[in-house]
Amino acid sequence: MAHIKKKKSKELPPVSTASLPDIVFMLLFFFMVTTTMREVDLKVDLSKPVATEMQKLERKTLVTYMYVGPPKEKYQGKFGSEAKIQLNDSFAQLNDIQPWVVIEREKINEAEQSQMTVSIKADKKTKMGLIGDIKLELRKAQALKINYSANPAGSKELLYSTTNY
Amino acid sequence: MAKRALPEINAGSMADIAFLLLIFFLVTTTMDVDKGINRKLPPYDDQLLEDPPPIKKRNIFEVLVNSNDALLVEEEYLDISRLREEAKKFLNNNGDGSCDYCEGAYRDPKSSDNPDKAVISLQNDRGTSYAMYVKVQNELAAALNELRDELAVRKYGTEYDNLDVDQQKDIRKRYPQKISEAEPLNIGG
Repeated sequence: MAHIKKKKSKELPPVSTASLPDIVFMLLFFFMVTTTMREVDLKVDLSKPVATEMQKLERKTLVTYMYVGPPKEKYQGKFGSEAKIQLNDSFAQLNDIQPWVVIEREKINEAEQSQMTVSIKADKKTKMGLIGDIKLELRKAQALKINYSANPAGSKELLYSTTNY
Repeated sequence: MAKRALPEINAGSMADIAFLLLIFFLVTTTMDVDKGINRKLPPYDDQLLEDPPPIKKRNIFEVLVNSNDALLVEEEYLDISRLREEAKKFLNNNGDGSCDYCEGAYRDPKSSDNPDKAVISLQNDRGTSYAMYVKVQNELAAALNELRDELAVRKYGTEYDNLDVDQQKDIRKRYPQKISEAEPLNIGG
């Protein structure tokens, strides 16, 4: 006993950082598990509409995304400020949709191809004319399951206000 | 010389490595949950149906949205905040009395016969904004979800989302989702 006591110094011992890696690893694993890598580089401005009656998109492998909105500022010189469609990493025309659907469908394993869902992420200021045309193209391409992507509405006022853009 | 103990590996830099990885994942991560309103499109057909199946006018709930995002429901101007209520009234009208689970039905002879026959017809202009379209879809979905929830509580004592698959199917059969979308108009550009 006396021997141990002798060894003790009078100064405060430094805070042990030995568990720091453990803490950091814990955080690391959390982010690794929850992360979903952004697969595409968004070229359009997106401000999604609000809604309340939404379903979660299950089975991410069955979902393909389509982005619709005005091109970002750096692309506006080339593509104008009218709403455009973005498929994968580039701007596309309406008639590119059908081949794109075929390619995307091939990526899903055969048994589940019929369950493919196209998630339309469109800017809320987009005119329905364009969305209607897209829907028609999707129907022609037999991609019938769609999802209008939206953000949850925080309050009733937000949902019913007519000037939320 | 006595046996020398193996020197311990210095774990001091472990934290740095882990931090580096952590920062990488922090930067690349996007935590947005993907949510949205699911809809099914009708299959494309070149020829239009020669005889569309006859539907009585009282079984159709007509919703029109113009290019100024104003609503015309059953030929009357309506504010979006009342659409849910009106849609519920229409779906749950039970005009012919065959719906034994419709509680609080209005039984208006000019409105729908029963929830199975009731069809919501939605038509928008090419100039309608997407935000408005989603709002209308949302309200119509909400009307149906509320009816389903009410029935689920009456029948099974809990909300629709908590039911098992068969029970949900049963409720869905009683309040089917019938939304028909017409080709958009092009009046307001």
